[in-house]
Amino acid sequence: MFEQFKTRATGVGAEVHRVVTCRDAVDFILGFLKKEGVSDLSGSYAVWADGPFLRGVDRELLKQVPGLSLEVTRERAAQAKIGISEMSFAVADTGSLVQDQSAVDQRLASSLTGIHVAVVPSANIVSDKTALFSRISPKTSRYIAFITGPSRTADIERVLTIGVHGPERLIILFVDELGGAA
Amino acid sequence: MKKEFKASINRALNDANLTGALGKFSEAYRVNRAKAYDGIDFEALRGRIAEAKSSAACHLDEVAEVFKQNAEALGAKVYRTSDPEQVKEYILQVARDNGVKSVVKSKSMASEEIHLNKALLNAGISVAETDLGEWIIQLAGQTPSHMVMPAIHLTKEEVAEIFSKEVEERLDSDIPRLVKVARNELRPKFLAADMGISGANIAVAETGSIVLVTNEGNARLTTTLPRIHVALVGVEKLVEKFETVVPILDALPRSATAQLLTSYVSIITGPSPNDDGSLKDLHIILMDNRRTEMARDPKFKQALQCIRCGSCLNVCPIFRLVGGHVFGKIYTGGIGTILTAWFDELQKSEEIQGLCIQCGNCTEVCPGKLDIPEMILEIRRRLVLEKGQPLAQKAIFSVVNNRKLFHGMLRAASVAGKPFTSGKFIRHLPLFLSDLTDGRSLPAIAEKPFRDIFPEIRQPKGGEKAVFYAGCLIDFAYPETGIALVKLLNRAGIEVLFPEEQTCCGAPALYNGAYEVAAHNAVDNIKALLEVEAKYVVSACPTCTVALAHDFAKTLQDQGRSEWLDKAKELAEKTVDLSTLVKRLVEEGRLSFEEGEDLGRITYHDSCHLKRTLKVSQEPRELLQKAGYELAEMYECDMCCGMGGSYSMKLPEISAPILKRKLHNIKETGAALVAMDCPGCVMQIRGGFDQDGETVRVRHTAELLAERLK
Repeated sequence: MFEQFKTRATGVGAEVHRVVTCRDAVDFILGFLKKEGVSDLSGSYAVWADGPFLRGVDRELLKQVPGLSLEVTRERAAQAKIGISEMSFAVADTGSLVQDQSAVDQRLASSLTGIHVAVVPSANIVSDKTALFSRISPKTSRYIAFITGPSRTADIERVLTIGVHGPERLIILFVDELGGAA
Repeated sequence: MKKEFKASINRALNDANLTGALGKFSEAYRVNRAKAYDGIDFEALRGRIAEAKSSAACHLDEVAEVFKQNAEALGAKVYRTSDPEQVKEYILQVARDNGVKSVVKSKSMASEEIHLNKALLNAGISVAETDLGEWIIQLAGQTPSHMVMPAIHLTKEEVAEIFSKEVEERLDSDIPRLVKVARNELRPKFLAADMGISGANIAVAETGSIVLVTNEGNARLTTTLPRIHVALVGVEKLVEKFETVVPILDALPRSATAQLLTSYVSIITGPSPNDDGSLKDLHIILMDNRRTEMARDPKFKQALQCIRCGSCLNVCPIFRLVGGHVFGKIYTGGIGTILTAWFDELQKSEEIQGLCIQCGNCTEVCPGKLDIPEMILEIRRRLVLEKGQPLAQKAIFSVVNNRKLFHGMLRAASVAGKPFTSGKFIRHLPLFLSDLTDGRSLPAIAEKPFRDIFPEIRQPKGGEKAVFYAGCLIDFAYPETGIALVKLLNRAGIEVLFPEEQTCCGAPALYNGAYEVAAHNAVDNIKALLEVEAKYVVSACPTCTVALAHDFAKTLQDQGRSEWLDKAKELAEKTVDLSTLVKRLVEEGRLSFEEGEDLGRITYHDSCHLKRTLKVSQEPRELLQKAGYELAEMYECDMCCGMGGSYSMKLPEISAPILKRKLHNIKETGAALVAMDCPGCVMQIRGGFDQDGETVRVRHTAELLAERLK
């Protein structure tokens, strides 16, 4: 299912990566922040929304990253180049990511920023929406968000253009070690 | 038709940007939609959607109440009203109570339906549409030209012009740059807004959820950043069960924009926290505005199965020529005509309903299984009931209703038309066909109608019998098609009977909303055609076949003439179109064609009623190939030729470019011969080539097959 997901997600413009350990994942993210020039300047911030993976990461290490904030406020997110959040599920047949985003920081990090980095447990790839809805339900989740590729429009002359109101890049990072807890 | 309406059509037809953009889009859409549905059983999928939506429509009131209870239990405020004025008052009250100064909106057709922006602006509240297309339209002070792509009529240069004024900076027409401008301009509005207004694509009663489907991400910001979220939802968006979300999400993006899924789907179930720690002030307005009344109307209940994908516009041969603006200010296309008739008023649909050519393309792609052409006919019928038949039409139909008079006049036309005949065509037909039109020659009325030729044909006696229902065009303009049909059936040992009392099938009356006339025609024909014993009633005109096999019973039922229903059913069961019957005879070994000769390339035009109502498309192709032709398919082989009966006379300015396109597609195949099963299409396409000066021959399948009989 990973291959199907990857085909579909890259087909709509997402970038898909996969690492084995959580350590690899942290390295990937920190490397990415550096490469993208995240810094203490407004417009170049990064925000990282709370989640089980983040809770396992060494805070001291993150504190050393200039411009990175774990407090996701609207002001900070609006000035952030990169938002990192954890998405619970990947849906293979449409290349979508899904998460309960009732907590507002999850939405701020994934909607106001220019680039969204989504961390996903590799074992949580489901085949389709029917399979998904056996795992997540509006009875327990108040804001179920599907994200499929970056923000797009074709409203001017039907020309597909990326990055209207949401992120213009979606980086998906599967982490095998995260297992299937969601 | 009123002058202003004709003028708006002509404006649209002459707007090269509009017709160019829509034309290109409709061509790409067809291919991309098919790709998006690859591997999906569309019939099963739309069956699920139609069933679930129909079920909700059956008891809208209860479903709305369940939604209200469930959403309120979670802390949302749900307001139900049938009155658009109360919707506006409610939203203004919420705005006043909370000191709202600015509003951001994600796309909501329901809000456009009630002119909400105007009410907010009048109350001193600033409003920003945030969907890119809607924002462009808002800045330009225009109305949407398409339900899904509101600004499709504008070029990038025009958008650059509009944006330049807004940002007071000279912008060039680079599209990614223009999109960035929109992002940068609207971002502060999102961050500052006190209230976000959205629509909803689905509202789920059992969970109290609303589902929002977008690509740009504006709905996520609209429902996240402002403290207050107002969702304005037409009650047709209600479904009972959460499981129905799956088939709708499977179909909506595929049908709307040929995407497997849009970039964003948000399922909101009760208020979530704001970023200041407070809980979202979530108001959900369930707006009726005559939808319940519509659901109670047996003919229009199906309209509530619509999921607003706009695919009916994308496949419509008329829409791609004229775009949305001629349809009015809000809802566009075929579905828009129906919604305007209900949500606004029946009278407002009077002219736009006439735009539908009844080709049925939309019925093939509709994920809600709506029969839009049928509902438009019903609007036509009600308009006629309300306003009466236009005088000229009334005169025509009073003639059509009297067979002897009608046929007498057609015979007179054959004589009167003579001085104007040039070869097989005349430029102007007398009588009611006189008001015609550029781009196409009309056939001369035959010197001797089929009914006079028929008695002279020597036939085998004593075998199987078939009644031939000719219809006006074959009887009076193309008797050679009738002769070919007799030859085909005779060769299979079938004797053809031609009851002389048969008359017009009533389709012209029916398609003009004159059901009474159509019912009268139905009864006359039932009497005539069932009078003689025969195994089949066969027709070489798909429109007539549809009348006999489908419409008679419906029309009679509708007109309360139920004493004729059994007979109508009996006739329907016997009725068969020529290609289907001939194929059967070939398969039974009763007919065969000369072999061994290479007749060259032929292309085949699918007639609307044959392909989409009778579901016949492979039969004539197989037969023509068996008869020795090499089939070269044309582009858009099943797209309407623009004839549409009296349509080509009422709206020649639309019919002509549709025909032109058809002629072009035929020529592109390089075939010197085009076949079709409908004498109406023969008339349109042959007439087109005659004026065009082209040498492509246009023939009815029956004639081509009869020439090749062994």
